[in-house]
Order: sequence, then structure tokens, then C-alpha cells
Amino acid sequence: MALAKRIIPCLDVDNGRVVKGVKFVNIRDAGDPVEVARRYDFEGADEITFLDITASSDNRDTIVHMVEQVAGEVFIPLTVGGGIRKLEDIRRMLNAGADKVGINTAAVFNPEFVKEAADKFGSQCIVVAIDAKKVSGEGEPLKWEIFTHGGREPTGLDAIQWARKMVDYGAGEILLTSMDRDGTREGFDLPLTRAISEAVDVPVIASGGVGDLDHLSAGVLEGKADAVLAASIFHFAEYTVGEAKQAMRDKGIEVRL
Amino acid sequence: MTSVAVIDYGMGNLHSISKALEHVAQGSKVIITSCPDEIARADRVVFPGVGAIKDCMEALEKSSLVDVIKTVAKDRPFLGVCLGMQALLDESEEGGGVRCLGLIPGKVKHFEKGLVDGAGEKLKVPHMGWNNVHQTVNHPLWKDIPQEARFYFVHSYYAVPKNAENSAAVTAYPESFSCALSHKNIFAAQFHPEKSQTAGLQLLENFLGWDGIVTK
Repeated sequence: MALAKRIIPCLDVDNGRVVKGVKFVNIRDAGDPVEVARRYDFEGADEITFLDITASSDNRDTIVHMVEQVAGEVFIPLTVGGGIRKLEDIRRMLNAGADKVGINTAAVFNPEFVKEAADKFGSQCIVVAIDAKKVSGEGEPLKWEIFTHGGREPTGLDAIQWARKMVDYGAGEILLTSMDRDGTREGFDLPLTRAISEAVDVPVIASGGVGDLDHLSAGVLEGKADAVLAASIFHFAEYTVGEAKQAMRDKGIEVRL
Repeated sequence: MTSVAVIDYGMGNLHSISKALEHVAQGSKVIITSCPDEIARADRVVFPGVGAIKDCMEALEKSSLVDVIKTVAKDRPFLGVCLGMQALLDESEEGGGVRCLGLIPGKVKHFEKGLVDGAGEKLKVPHMGWNNVHQTVNHPLWKDIPQEARFYFVHSYYAVPKNAENSAAVTAYPESFSCALSHKNIFAAQFHPEKSQTAGLQLLENFLGWDGIVTK
């Protein structure tokens, strides 16, 4: 009996539609965010994260509308990231029914934005997304740096210092993605996850690299993550969220079943 | 048709709580309002809120809602959620100390620094996620909710009611704290029923069917 470690499926949304093939049996429309969210909720997802990858800012309204629809039917916490640059963006997402927003690039270019956002809306809804990449060589002490633009642009910011700074500025949670592991299915960067989780007092969500269920447990047990986020292993119906939780429980991790 | 007013004072996610109420409403009309008269006319009142307590109290003053809240919290089913629960106590230590509504005796404290669980693992603040709720009283709002059911929490401060009988449930983090309060026609929860799936919806449904009376 204790606080459960969370499993968070992440959905990429483009123009209000789920992309990157969600493969479910008995689902009529795999692109419909409401149907997919409902399915994850039914399977026992602890939260759902939507990443808006809509390229054109003209189409931002579609995600607001989508959040409204999902929030009207699925009663678990919802996080929306992608394209959050202004206080107004946050206000609209929260009013639509999102519980948290993920701030990524905007935090790097304007850290004060995180402070303003936390002051205005409370730390509980401000998730700072950190994309980190290992920059230390063989035999050197481990060091990770913040990257932007999908891991292409270095910023010179040390990942641990940056995480601490974001928490000082009011981040209520850190979504940590290893750009070395993202998409590889080789598992989380565990030393990175652990270093960040031990460096800050707020919850850390591990992300990037999940390829099987053991990776999720390792994120918690070795990475000391408070929550684990995964996309493809759930979308392609390799595993259900329920199976993931059972596997974690079998390793002695407290989960909500 | 009975009505339930969700108090809108610019603090928090009203869409979620009103949608969740509508989902279980069955014949109750859900109104989101900042109008004191409308609140005074409603059969039931929900007082939600997230954010900082100082802003919350200032917003209530500014919207002239303090009086109507104090009135309806005395005479009809009243549900406080999260910050809407903390605001019901006498005072909060958040932001250097803030005087609250004083409807339930007690105060609001911050989780201590450096919390660890039984295995020595660091516990993060905010307390965020699904934790077990241990019901300590029989209450109509717990109807059909299993003992130890998990609810969704996100908070850094917690209520310490002065009188033990006002505690309706406890949660461990790692020490037990009162995660739900009961005082006559007031019920209040630190967790978010509107985000707590089946158990949360059940609690909201129970609230909509509650006459505000607690039988011992």
C-alpha cells in the first residue's frame, strides 16, 4: 500500500488525429484520439500524454478540440505537450480539460516562461520536458547535455543542472527523454534517468527507448523513475498496459491494478 | 431537476470536474458559475481548485464569493476538492501563511523535505499519482467504493484537521495524513475524484445522491 509507479502511454497527434499506427483489436478508428484514449483508460493507463506534432500553428485549434473531447470521456489525468510557447497556450489547454502541459523548447529558449507558467497556473500542471544526450566519451565521467530540434541541436546546457534549475523555476514534474535511446527499443538510459531522478525532488518520468516490459521495470528499479512513458510497445499491441503493470508487479513494483 | 453548481473563480480545471459530474449526473443539472446568486440557488455545490492558496483566497475575495461559500457550506451538500478542500480549513502555511475560510477547524501543512519510504527510497514532492485511500468513517460518499481504492493525487500541502472526527480517510506518504474530510454537510477530498476513474466517478455519483446528512 503506497503510491503507485505510473505507466503513461504517449500518443503523437497530428491535426487532431493519432499518428504512428495504433494497432488494436476491436477498435474502429485507430486515428481517433478519443477511441484510443478510452482503450488505454480501460487497460489501466495511469495517465495519457498527447504530443502535438502539428506543424502549422494555424491548426492548433484541432488539439484543443481533441482535448475537450477526450476529457469529456476519459477520467484520468491528461498531459499535452508540443507547441506550448505562451501562457495563453497553457490556459487554453487547461480550460479544455488537460491537467498538465509539457514545456520543452520554449523552456530552453526562455526559462522565465516556466517561472511565469508555474506562478500563474501552479507547479502541479507544469511538466518540463528535457531531451538529453550523452556527451561524455569512453572512460570520462558521465555527462549529458540538453538538445533541441529532435536531438540535433546542442545547447551546451548540462542536463542535471538544467533539471535542477527547471525545478527551482517551478516545474512540478520532469519528463526526461534520452535522445540516444529514443526509437531504439534498447531500453531507457538508466544512468541518466537515475542521475536526474536523484538530483531533483519532483517526480521524474522516464522516456525513450522502451522495447519490452523489462525495460519499464528497469526504469523504476534502476533508473529510480516515478513514472514510465512508452509509445510504440502499446500502439502496436505488442503489450497491453495491463500486461505491463502485471510485469512490473511481478518485479515487486507498486502499481495500480 | 436538482442542480449542482461548480464554483468558478478562475482557479483550475473546471472542464474536467464538470464533465465528470455530467457523466454521472442522471437528472442533475451541472452549472459552472461565478455568480453568488446562482450558487445560492443550487441544490449542491462543488468547490474545486488547483494552484496556490494565496491566489485562491484573493480570487474568492475579488469575486465576492466568500460570503456565499460560507452560507452554502452550512446548509446543503458541499464538496471541496484539492485546493477547494484546503481553503476550508482555518489557515495554510503555504506562501508564508494564509488565512482560509475557517469552515473546518485545522490547518494546512507542507510535506517535509527529505521524505523516504520504508525501503529508504526518496519520496518526491508533489505527492503525485495514484495512492490508496483508507476510509476511516462510514459516509454516504464512500458507498460502493472499496476500502483502499486508489485515487489520483497531486499536491504538496496536506490538511491537518484539529478534530479527529473530521477525518474521513487517510493516505500514507509515508506518514498517514487526512486525504478526505467530513463535517456535517461538507465533504472534502485532497485527491481528484474527477481524475480517479471508476472510484472517482462513484464518489461524484454518491455526492449527487447525497442529502447532506451523515448518520452515525
